[in-house]
Amino acid sequence: MTATPALVLEGVSKSYGAVPAACDVDLVVPSGELVTLIGPSGCGKSTALRLIAGLERPDRGEIRIAGQTVADGRTFVPPERRRVGLVFQDHALFPHLSVRRNVEFGLHGQPRADRAARVTQVLDLVRLGHLADRYPHELSGGEQQRVALARALAPRPAVVLLDEPFSSLDENLRAQVRAELVGVLRETGTTAVFVTHDQTEALSIGDRVVVMTSGRIEQADTPSRVFEQPATRFVASFMGDADFLRAHVHRALLTCEIGVVSTVPGWADAETDVDVVLRPHEVALTAEPDRSDDGPAVVAVEYHGAFVLHTVRLGSGQTVRSWQPHSVRHPVGTPVRVSVVPGVTPTLLVGDTAVSSPPPRG
Amino acid sequence: MTQTAFPPPPTRLSARGPAQARIRRASSRGRPGWSAFVVLVAVLVAAPVLGVLIDAGTGQAPDLPRNVGDMVLTTLLLMGGVGLGTLVLGVGLAWLVTAHTFPLRNVLVWLLVLPLAMPAYILGFVFLSTLDAAGPVQSAVRGVVGDGFAFSLATLPGCVVVMSLTLYPYVYLMARAAFVEQAPTTYDAARTLGAGRARAFFRVLLPLARPSVAAGLALVMMEVLTDFATVQYFNVQTVSVGVYLVWKGSFDFASAAQLASLVMLFAVAVLAGERLMRGRSRFTQKGGRGSGLRPAPLTGARAWLATGVCLLALGASFFVPVLRLGAWAVERAASDRPSALGGQFGEAFVNSVVVAVIASLTCVTLALVMGHALRLGGGRSIRAAAQLTTFGYAVPGAVIGIGTLLTFAWADRTLEAVGVPGGTGLLVTGSVLGILYAYAVRFLGPAYQAVDAAYASVPTTITQSALSLGAGPVRLLGRVHAPLVRSGVAVALVLVAIDAIKELPLVLLLRPFGFTTVSVSVYQLAKENLWDQAALPALVIVALAMVPVFLLFRQVRHGDRGSRP
Repeated sequence: MTATPALVLEGVSKSYGAVPAACDVDLVVPSGELVTLIGPSGCGKSTALRLIAGLERPDRGEIRIAGQTVADGRTFVPPERRRVGLVFQDHALFPHLSVRRNVEFGLHGQPRADRAARVTQVLDLVRLGHLADRYPHELSGGEQQRVALARALAPRPAVVLLDEPFSSLDENLRAQVRAELVGVLRETGTTAVFVTHDQTEALSIGDRVVVMTSGRIEQADTPSRVFEQPATRFVASFMGDADFLRAHVHRALLTCEIGVVSTVPGWADAETDVDVVLRPHEVALTAEPDRSDDGPAVVAVEYHGAFVLHTVRLGSGQTVRSWQPHSVRHPVGTPVRVSVVPGVTPTLLVGDTAVSSPPPRG
Repeated sequence: MTQTAFPPPPTRLSARGPAQARIRRASSRGRPGWSAFVVLVAVLVAAPVLGVLIDAGTGQAPDLPRNVGDMVLTTLLLMGGVGLGTLVLGVGLAWLVTAHTFPLRNVLVWLLVLPLAMPAYILGFVFLSTLDAAGPVQSAVRGVVGDGFAFSLATLPGCVVVMSLTLYPYVYLMARAAFVEQAPTTYDAARTLGAGRARAFFRVLLPLARPSVAAGLALVMMEVLTDFATVQYFNVQTVSVGVYLVWKGSFDFASAAQLASLVMLFAVAVLAGERLMRGRSRFTQKGGRGSGLRPAPLTGARAWLATGVCLLALGASFFVPVLRLGAWAVERAASDRPSALGGQFGEAFVNSVVVAVIASLTCVTLALVMGHALRLGGGRSIRAAAQLTTFGYAVPGAVIGIGTLLTFAWADRTLEAVGVPGGTGLLVTGSVLGILYAYAVRFLGPAYQAVDAAYASVPTTITQSALSLGAGPVRLLGRVHAPLVRSGVAVALVLVAIDAIKELPLVLLLRPFGFTTVSVSVYQLAKENLWDQAALPALVIVALAMVPVFLLFRQVRHGDRGSRP
């Protein structure tokens, strides 16, 4: 399908005074895709959303929505003419209007019968048809969130932007509302950009995950690639836990403090220092109770229910973490042997960037 | 991609017509049209003050009245006297009701605000009629001690007493709020460090309340500077009176503007003084959870003495004068003597109401649209312009009045210069428009503050949601912002309307020949010693002025509830 992408950002930059909130952001969102934007607070993810919605004007770059240029050097389409739906953390329902009127708000200018039909349609979609005459304060948080989504969907926006839509809901309700909301977005084939600061949420709901820091996109990829093949040191440490060990590649063999980690195909001629990224679930432990040198030993144990997180101090003083099944529990002080779970091809970093081929010798 | 309920969206944005051209001029830093509106309002509000300053600055040789030195001295003495009076009354009463319990204390806490509803020009004539040499009190005394006893109340001290009695609630409110809200933890700390109640009050609470008391005093000073009716009853020639007399006597722009700029100088000095007293000390100790000032019960004679002091202040400033006005009004209604006012009272009443309604609608509409414009963005400069529109409330009436005349004169000259014979014609004929303009300048401040507070409680996400749902600025204002800030709008309408009915100096200065309002008729009748005829319109004003005071009661009572452990 070679349709026009729902959303295109090209070299979009925006700074507040001297603080850059978006630097040269490039992003293409095909129609129907669900993209999550994630990063630490202040990374520029909300600014990106505001730029797309037209609540901010970019300093440089171009934004196109459904093929139409909405912002570039000469053009600026105000938010009310952008065909963008917004869903906020606080839901932002109009407190003085009933659910029906809230949803109808964006259908201004259409014939009455069309409006009524559309309101019924989207309220049924979020399964709130029976609450159409309630007022926002008479709804639960989850219901308010669904009304907010129905309201955003009603005018058939080209893209829906969701700004941390689940943060205001309590933990138990969250998973359920999230599943419902994502279901509705999928069912309707809606193009959506989610902003979130929750890694699990980003990985589980997005077709693609865009990781940002300091106004830049570090990586935009499928959830599994972002997690398994992080593009940078930042992505590796932000998306899930990671420890970094100094390592050396010699004749396609990756060696570090814990021994040979793996082979690196294609690096036969390489002779270079790298950092290896180890995630706790990739680290295996074997207790060596009889050993008495000052080698690796457990320094902390955290019980997490299904799994137990062990922290191990290596001979060099560096620590690595390892997930063990809940039946395995090495007491603090236990000498252990640390290895990498077979079959894992860990990410290698030169400087702060992941590498897949050997760096040129210099 | 599956498409179930959603057919492909209509391509309503694909057309590149004139709409596109309009879009290009739009800026993310707000909407130029709406931002320009805020700037325009700021310019209109600033124009009178700028007019006075420019006119006074560019005028020829100073053409001030010969007694200007006396006027300045009198103004200083009056401000000093009223400042001291309100300080003692306001802080003293606030301390009494906050630190002690005594009979009626819970009622008196909020009743003590009531004198705010009594304009000084009304209390002034009641005092003069009752206590001056010809009044019933001195006559009665003469009946006992002989004819030698007589003194005139129409003096500076008399004026200080009357003004202190009507203006002390400003200081009272601020001081009490400071005692209740800011003090608890610090007061506890002082007590645990061994300070007695009195020492803790003078060494800790009073210094802590200083910024609030200074703010209250600044309000008092502004009222003193604005007044030129009460002071005239008492033959006190302040600079504001000078402005009025010079203008009404000679219609001499230059010297009126010079005197008015002198009044402005006083106002600036008051604001600077307030800043200075507040100093670097920004004492806001909110959230401190001490048990605070637990009122100590007074017993026996001391308790009744406390009640007596409060009742005396209230009686002198409010209840007795109201009773006297009521008695006059009844007496007047019962007699069939012809009234000097004739059928004019009805006319004055209608005039007052019409002017008040137009003024409040104007101010509130401006405030509503300005708040809306700020919501659409616009950055720091537009925000500053909006702030600028609120400062008219701190500008003395004489300055706004003369400034309005100067602004209209300038508009006339400009229009004539571009070929409109007679210009606006407003200055020549004298027009109610001048009064309305001056009212808008003076009362936009409170209107904007009330509406702005309501806007503050509307999350920005509401605005953003409405915009992204396709509502343009006008629909956003009508369907979302206006309904959501309606409570603030209602409060603003009431406040401005009542202020406008009470207002006297601006009308006196600007009114066209023969135009009378309720406040003007009170002033004129009282000036001619027709007390009984002035009573009814005076009561009308007091009754109306009680409405905002009752709005205030709710706040005071709320603060009181919050103070209880």
